[in-house]
Amino acid sequence: MLTAGVVAVQGDVSEHARAVERAADAHGEDAELVEIRHSGLVSDCDVLLMPGGESTTISRLLRQEGIDEEIRAHVAAGKPVLATCAGLIVAARDAKDERVHNLDVLDVTVDRNAFGRQKDSFEAPLDVDGLSDPFPAVFIRAPLIDEVGDDVSVLARWDDTPVAVKQGPVVATSFHPELTEDVRLHRLAFFEQAAASR
Amino acid sequence: MAEETDLNELKRGTDLVKRGFAQMQKGGVIMDVVTREQARIAEDAGAVAVMALEAVPADIRKRGGVARMPDPTNVTEIIDEVSIPVMGKARIGHHTEAQILEALGVDMIDESEVLTPADDEYHIDKREFTSPFVCGARNLGEALRRIDEGAAMIRTKGEAGTGDVNQAVQHQRTIKGSIRELVGKNFEEREKWAREHEAPADLVHETAEMGRLPVVNFAAGGIATPADAALMMHHGCDGIFVGSGIFGAENPEKMGEAIVEAVNNWDDPERLAEIAADVGRGMKGQSNSDMADEEKLQGRGV
Repeated sequence: MLTAGVVAVQGDVSEHARAVERAADAHGEDAELVEIRHSGLVSDCDVLLMPGGESTTISRLLRQEGIDEEIRAHVAAGKPVLATCAGLIVAARDAKDERVHNLDVLDVTVDRNAFGRQKDSFEAPLDVDGLSDPFPAVFIRAPLIDEVGDDVSVLARWDDTPVAVKQGPVVATSFHPELTEDVRLHRLAFFEQAAASR
Repeated sequence: MAEETDLNELKRGTDLVKRGFAQMQKGGVIMDVVTREQARIAEDAGAVAVMALEAVPADIRKRGGVARMPDPTNVTEIIDEVSIPVMGKARIGHHTEAQILEALGVDMIDESEVLTPADDEYHIDKREFTSPFVCGARNLGEALRRIDEGAAMIRTKGEAGTGDVNQAVQHQRTIKGSIRELVGKNFEEREKWAREHEAPADLVHETAEMGRLPVVNFAAGGIATPADAALMMHHGCDGIFVGSGIFGAENPEKMGEAIVEAVNNWDDPERLAEIAADVGRGMKGQSNSDMADEEKLQGRGV
């Protein structure tokens, strides 16, 4: 049994919940889901998902509810996290924007909305390190990863820019794997890399 | 390292990309704003997006006359002011207002009954656009017709500008009730339901199989307090639009923040009691039951 916490203060929470259930199923495990909208729940979770949504709203509510420190402790304990889009922005060291309170659990800087407005949002197949076939990547007002720390490995690039990274237990993407039926990145984040540490 | 990906395979404006944008708004509060100063207050209060319009619905009611899309200069100022998505209202059936909003860089277009309809017979063909649309609905048939035309998000119509949540509750209950009814029906009964309600049969079957609308379902129309917002979440909405309720309130900053927190804590009465305290007076409003049918906006564009 895998206890999977979905940070649920705002964003595409149910999509991540379904994706982690399917990923667990593919590994013959059951996932117990915990929706995290207030403090006191993160410590029960084996893994955490940080959904897409609006990073200013999410980071504000994480701080108000006292969830921010709990996520930092989760990462410090070496437990896995998958953060997508707004999740990546919040997890990053610096989003270069005072409206976002960064958790600083991932040594990258990001530029919000760097791919443009919604009419510039797109889907495209993307080659990802460790996956044999391209991943159907959906970029929605996506952030761009700028500076990448020494301990961070880049898993995928779009037009030379990093769009998927990994540092220790944290995997983060500019795009939204949870919007597709493809759960390979959820498997990579929670089962394949975590097998060694769990 | 991964190989260079082929940029030619990039696709914009697909259903996945449009509906995906709407999915990112879930659990959030989208606030009506008229000026850049209001947009600033909305973003600081924790709004997931702002909706640009010419005047808030309560003022449109008071003022009368023809209500149109917002001034492009205003839209551009609002876009420059905030980092969150900016939506804009176009008149029902006004293809060109929607094109102008898209050209300005608006992230989602609300084809809205709050404005004066430009076309009594047809809605905008939303499939032609790269931008996603949100449309209002009072019942499931109306919602599925809008989705068939390309809407990526449905909201209740409610009765905008009244500060009375009564009609939003009724519309949400009606939609949810019809979905529950469909789930219990077999194939031929669902086909019959589709014919009777002038709803596309494929979407009727899809809704019945999913047990919910195939797109994100927000509440709108008459939501004026943190308790109203929490009530609509209780009724199964994915998120909230607040129109006149923020800037018609005594203290828009406090009311905005409180509604955002209330949506996150909608099922926790003790927290709601703290959140709803000391936010100042809500908008005065006008009860739906005191209104003549011809004063109501919800009957526009069915």
